[in-house]
Amino acid sequence: MSELVSLSLPEKTFILHGIDVNFRNDGRSRLDCRPIELQTKIMDQVNGSAKLKIDDTEILVGVKVEEDTPDENSPSEGKLEFFVDCSANANPIFEGKGGDELATEISDALSLAYKDVFDLTELCILPSKKCWKLYVDVLILACGGNLFDAVAAAVKAALYSTEIPQVKDAAVDGVEADIFVSDDIFNSVKLDVKNAPLLISLCKIGDNYVVDPTPEEEVCSSATVVVAVMPNGRTSGGLKTGYGSLMVETWRKAIQIAKKVGVQLNNEIMKALEEEEKLGPNRALFGFL
Amino acid sequence: MSYTEENGESKILVRLANNRIDHTLPVQQDPRTAFYTPGEEISTQPDFLRGHGTYMDTQQVLRASVAGNLERVNKLISVRPYKTRYQGEIGDVVIGRITEVQQKRWKVDTNAKLDSALLLSSVNLPGGELRRRSAEDEQAMRRYLQEGDVVCAEVQSIFADGSLSLHTRVLKYGKLSQGIMMKLSPSMIKRQKQHFHNLANGAVLILGNNGNVWIGASQSGQDSSQGGFTQDYSRIDQENREVCARLQNCIRCLVKSNILLSDTSVTYAYEESMKYEIKELIQDEVQFNVALLTHQRLVA
Repeated sequence: MSELVSLSLPEKTFILHGIDVNFRNDGRSRLDCRPIELQTKIMDQVNGSAKLKIDDTEILVGVKVEEDTPDENSPSEGKLEFFVDCSANANPIFEGKGGDELATEISDALSLAYKDVFDLTELCILPSKKCWKLYVDVLILACGGNLFDAVAAAVKAALYSTEIPQVKDAAVDGVEADIFVSDDIFNSVKLDVKNAPLLISLCKIGDNYVVDPTPEEEVCSSATVVVAVMPNGRTSGGLKTGYGSLMVETWRKAIQIAKKVGVQLNNEIMKALEEEEKLGPNRALFGFL
Repeated sequence: MSYTEENGESKILVRLANNRIDHTLPVQQDPRTAFYTPGEEISTQPDFLRGHGTYMDTQQVLRASVAGNLERVNKLISVRPYKTRYQGEIGDVVIGRITEVQQKRWKVDTNAKLDSALLLSSVNLPGGELRRRSAEDEQAMRRYLQEGDVVCAEVQSIFADGSLSLHTRVLKYGKLSQGIMMKLSPSMIKRQKQHFHNLANGAVLILGNNGNVWIGASQSGQDSSQGGFTQDYSRIDQENREVCARLQNCIRCLVKSNILLSDTSVTYAYEESMKYEIKELIQDEVQFNVALLTHQRLVA
């Protein structure tokens, strides 16, 4: 990942020594996260949406549902596709193709995390004829560090809010399959996200791991471990970004920490989403101001 | 590596946007400060001089082109925008980051429209020698200041294209060592005679006119005879580190509630924040409470 901020050597030293003594520049300890702000169903044009803020990081996610034909290899499964876009508003270096590298990295991490974990059979309408395809579009509006975790949490929230149209009738007429969707837009099925994983990235700074890094801390780190953690504490994938290398033992430690943080974050996010659902459809909407 | 000390539960806060905290303070609008939005009519009379941030439309009506305060000097009307890049003025204290090393000059990012220039001839050489800069000095430029370094300087002059020329010919200016740099809006800094503050808690606070704020960890026995080019990489003790972290979080509180930054407001916020732990200061409720208490002390 290209560096979003530059720091002088003494500033890096200051951050590094702080993390050594478990005291970060904003007073957090190594495993403390910043507060998260979450909001779902903020866009009418899509089937599910969410906006998430962590300090300066701002992520907008939209989920679109479209009809498709299942793959021959998996006739009874629907499809799930991720697309990430880094807005040049977030950082001028994302202009043109500048953000593509980071965007691909994040969308690959999401695909890896959701592969074999997310139940795609519920997206099937008629085996090997019709299925739903979910397009998950992620827009990074502002960068304040910790993009992987923020994107994954926003994606989970958006999937939670996704409503798939109720299929009234599906019939096979010769080779062509026809489906009839309910006319009532409120007649819909909620997507099940109880298995949806979150990404937890652990920034290796000095000899220690740090969760929820700020952009300044990310610059100080040589390697970041990104672990996909499911709500039950199992991991569904992992990757490493940055040029640094890790020992096997260090990697194991990272997964242990990620599991712990991941389960906790999952619980808190689900709690918030359920609370928001209780507010009902007439809750106040907050825009981008 | 040991993670035994990290078993203490740390709480993750997830807030819904519906429960968002409003950071605006209960302030009475001063009737003298007229706020204009882009396109708003200022005057229809023709005998005004059109200043920055205004334009004359086809009906010869003077309108604001930016959002901000109206400033009037005799017949000259200008609107000073709230959100803007730094407009340099000679004599301002600025904090910037070196972006490029060129021949005879460094390019400095000072949050202005164009990168500012720090000429080799307008820095103090290490050891404080006074002489013409030779070719050897030019070759050694990167040894003095390199890309990414943070410098504190004064605006010496403004070039024809609007970019700034800086100088560090006084010992208090120069390269900054360990600490935290915060990038804020230039309009958040209160214009004052003094922008260098040695706070009672031991930290060094520099409120740059360009919106960059430096919180320096106090270092005893610093040798300034080297012209500030030597760097200290020693460990800062925990007490100083906590002061810096608290100051940074306090400044965030003030900025979120739009309180102008000065040594007074920062000190008040620091004192009011003492009842909280440092890491609590990243929570919105706490931030607003600190800002509110600071505001009450400031208006009292």
